[in-house]
Amino acid sequence: MASQFDVVILGGGPAGYVAAIRSAQLGMSTAVIEKEKLGGVCVNIGCIPTKALLHSAYIARLLRDAKEFGVEAGAVKTDYGVAMQRSRKVSDQNSKGVEFLMKKNKVTVVKGAGVLQPGRKVKVGNDVYEAKKAVIIATGSRVKGLPQIGLEINKTTVISSDEALFLEKAPASLAIIGAGAVGMEFADIFSAFGTPVTLIEALPRILPLEDAEASDALAKSYKKRGIEVIAGAKVKKGTPAKDKVTLEVEANGATRKIDVAAVLMAAGRAVNTENIGLAECGVQVTERGFIKVDAGLQTTAPGYYAIGDVAGPPMLAHKGMREGVTVTELIAGKKPHAIRYDNVPSVTYCHPEVASIGLTEDQCKERKFDYVAGRFPFSANGRARGTGETEGFVKILRDKKYGEILGAHIVGGHASEIIHELAVARENEYTVEEVELAIHAHPTMSEAVAQAALDSLGRVVDM
Amino acid sequence: MEALSPTMEEGRVAKWHKREGDTVKAGDTLAEIETDKAVMDLVARADGVLRQVAVAEGQTVPVGSVVAVIAAPGETVGATAASAPPPAPVPSGSGMRDTGYGMRDAGSVVPAPTDVTRVKASPLAKRMAREAGVDLKLVTGSGPGGRVVKRDLEGTAQGAPTPVAAVADTHPASRIPHPASPRISHPAVSGVPFEDIPLTQIRKTIAKRLVTSLGPIPHFFLTSEVDMERAAEAREALNKQLGDRGKVSFNDIVIKATGLALIKHRACNAWFQEDHIRYWNEVHIGMAVAVEDGLITPVIRNADVKSLAEIGWEAKELADKARSRRLQPSEYTGATFSVSNLGMFDIDQFTAVINPPEAGIIAVGSIVQKPVVLDGQVTGRRRMRLTMSCDHRVIDGATGAAFLQTLKQMLENPLAMLL
Repeated sequence: MASQFDVVILGGGPAGYVAAIRSAQLGMSTAVIEKEKLGGVCVNIGCIPTKALLHSAYIARLLRDAKEFGVEAGAVKTDYGVAMQRSRKVSDQNSKGVEFLMKKNKVTVVKGAGVLQPGRKVKVGNDVYEAKKAVIIATGSRVKGLPQIGLEINKTTVISSDEALFLEKAPASLAIIGAGAVGMEFADIFSAFGTPVTLIEALPRILPLEDAEASDALAKSYKKRGIEVIAGAKVKKGTPAKDKVTLEVEANGATRKIDVAAVLMAAGRAVNTENIGLAECGVQVTERGFIKVDAGLQTTAPGYYAIGDVAGPPMLAHKGMREGVTVTELIAGKKPHAIRYDNVPSVTYCHPEVASIGLTEDQCKERKFDYVAGRFPFSANGRARGTGETEGFVKILRDKKYGEILGAHIVGGHASEIIHELAVARENEYTVEEVELAIHAHPTMSEAVAQAALDSLGRVVDM
Repeated sequence: MEALSPTMEEGRVAKWHKREGDTVKAGDTLAEIETDKAVMDLVARADGVLRQVAVAEGQTVPVGSVVAVIAAPGETVGATAASAPPPAPVPSGSGMRDTGYGMRDAGSVVPAPTDVTRVKASPLAKRMAREAGVDLKLVTGSGPGGRVVKRDLEGTAQGAPTPVAAVADTHPASRIPHPASPRISHPAVSGVPFEDIPLTQIRKTIAKRLVTSLGPIPHFFLTSEVDMERAAEAREALNKQLGDRGKVSFNDIVIKATGLALIKHRACNAWFQEDHIRYWNEVHIGMAVAVEDGLITPVIRNADVKSLAEIGWEAKELADKARSRRLQPSEYTGATFSVSNLGMFDIDQFTAVINPPEAGIIAVGSIVQKPVVLDGQVTGRRRMRLTMSCDHRVIDGATGAAFLQTLKQMLENPLAMLL
């Protein structure tokens, strides 16, 4: 006997659970199928617990430097196990929060692994859930290793973020392969917990998707802190032993061997498209393995939609959440504002934080845009001096002719919070002038945004 | 009722192409609408079923009124659409469009404009429009609530000020290519189509005083008789060479010469814009064409750089379109100067009325054999009278005269056009 709903959502991560809530708000009967915990990678083994651990790391560093601020904390001792336990509590609270939201919105939650079936149906065990209006695929993504060079994730010496988040102790030494957001954040965390960290990136610079100036600032900051950064490096071979891994790394024309207690794989993610019945329903995937969707997020099979990581990059929770809202509004016959995929902020929560939106300076050059870069360093910002967070800068790329904000890049304390002023500006097509005209409270880190806007106009005040 | 032309205030439904109950796709022609300028197609802006036709054939309704309702299959439509009084006219076609997903609810067909003079536009769009000389009231906004955003203006920055259809920008995987307006490179001045020069105090005073004495546009007129003998010879030779491939008329020669003379006299290639004068670096010549119940001036763009054969072909095409009322708004807006010709009616000379915001128009009379004294001998020559109407707020007597003299020289010695 099939249970009927208007909308059936496969996957209860950030894209899926937001879609479920919006669907219910729009008066559609909704079911969410989740094989693990509600909240998905983000809440359980991603965004949320890492932010908790990063805050522990921040406190450790703050206490070490506290003397300078007139506070003596004595010898600072760290315990990764305790920090990990706290991060688990935070994750559990958030997952429970999602459960509560499902109940509050009268969304039916089905525990189990769902498989799509033709006729807008999803099978879970022996039960079949039929969607009258639409099936939404939101199965997300997972970490992946590099088995071809001997680095298959073995969960002891070769681990992914999934294991790192549950360690009782910080490793004696650690090599992190991949210096994107995940690699950068774990380098920050374990370094603060006393682990010697080697950060290895294949591309010529760490945080390769960010503006080159941001990469440089972070490389400098990490080196100063004792994190070894090797960019433009090729890991030729990995040899895991019982309690160590030997890596052969080629960089700058030389090959060297690195012995570490553990390797954390942070290079890339794989989408969860296997064994969910895509082909049987006529849902096609792209060359890169993502589910193919049209402008309205519908797959190649009518009545089946896809959102979040499976539907294509950027693989970010907030992009999936937005798609969750948009897709349900479309299914309900509304006409939502089109998603601006060129206006999704990107944030790495390491210290100093890195946040950006729009184009990098290199992309402006490649596209031959006539632009001006406005910059303002936090070392010239009163608030940042007061809190000792003088690392980093705000950089705004302004179109020379019309003043459009082509891109904005922030490195510094609270960059993740400051970036939204520029996200709002870009979404509403404010030019640098409107940003600068808005009065910024003094003293704040956000003043650096207004100053960078002014600098792009050639009339910076505070520098 | 969508605003199908910049000046359209109401439209008459000439013919319905779809009936109630028909399935329609975005882009399908729903009906033919007779506007103040032409008969245009009203196209569906969404997929669905034509659930209700609110305006009968032959009926005229103001812009912004509901003409039909498209609903999703199976969706029911309330009585609102047909029975509601037509709302106030809106500046642009916000009556029927979607935001980009090809789905919409029937209720949204009824626009609720409050202030027709207010244009919703992003700061960036306002700035782009200002620099490109585009009137935002003529642009259909695709942003939230019909707000004009950057993508609505892309492609117009270097084009003529023509209304731009909104193209919805949705997903990067399936983005619709934007129909960019044609960009004609121009050899004149540093790539910018025009330059705005604020009115000086003396210019402002002249403007004010002349307006009070002569009406909204202070016209003055300059007449000159042109020897067309050599132009006639050149025309015969050109037409012989062209053979079946087209024909060059005297009017085409006048248009080409006017274009070239305007490049040399930018002071006459201008728009009066209340607080500034826009001096154009591009030359777009409006060509008055008599139609059954009036007059329309299709535009030959960049007339100075086009060949005579191109102008001849284009002028014929535009005149045909004008007579069959098939001109698109982009084809009759944006002229920087005009030419009106009544020579075919044996009119010796006349004064034409300026087409604002342009600052001048040339009235072309008939070509007549006349006795003239040449090298001390009386001979018969083909002569033509040109009368230039000038807007005194922009053009002074000597300025207009200098332009007219260049034009006369070019026509009298067509080879000068090659200089």
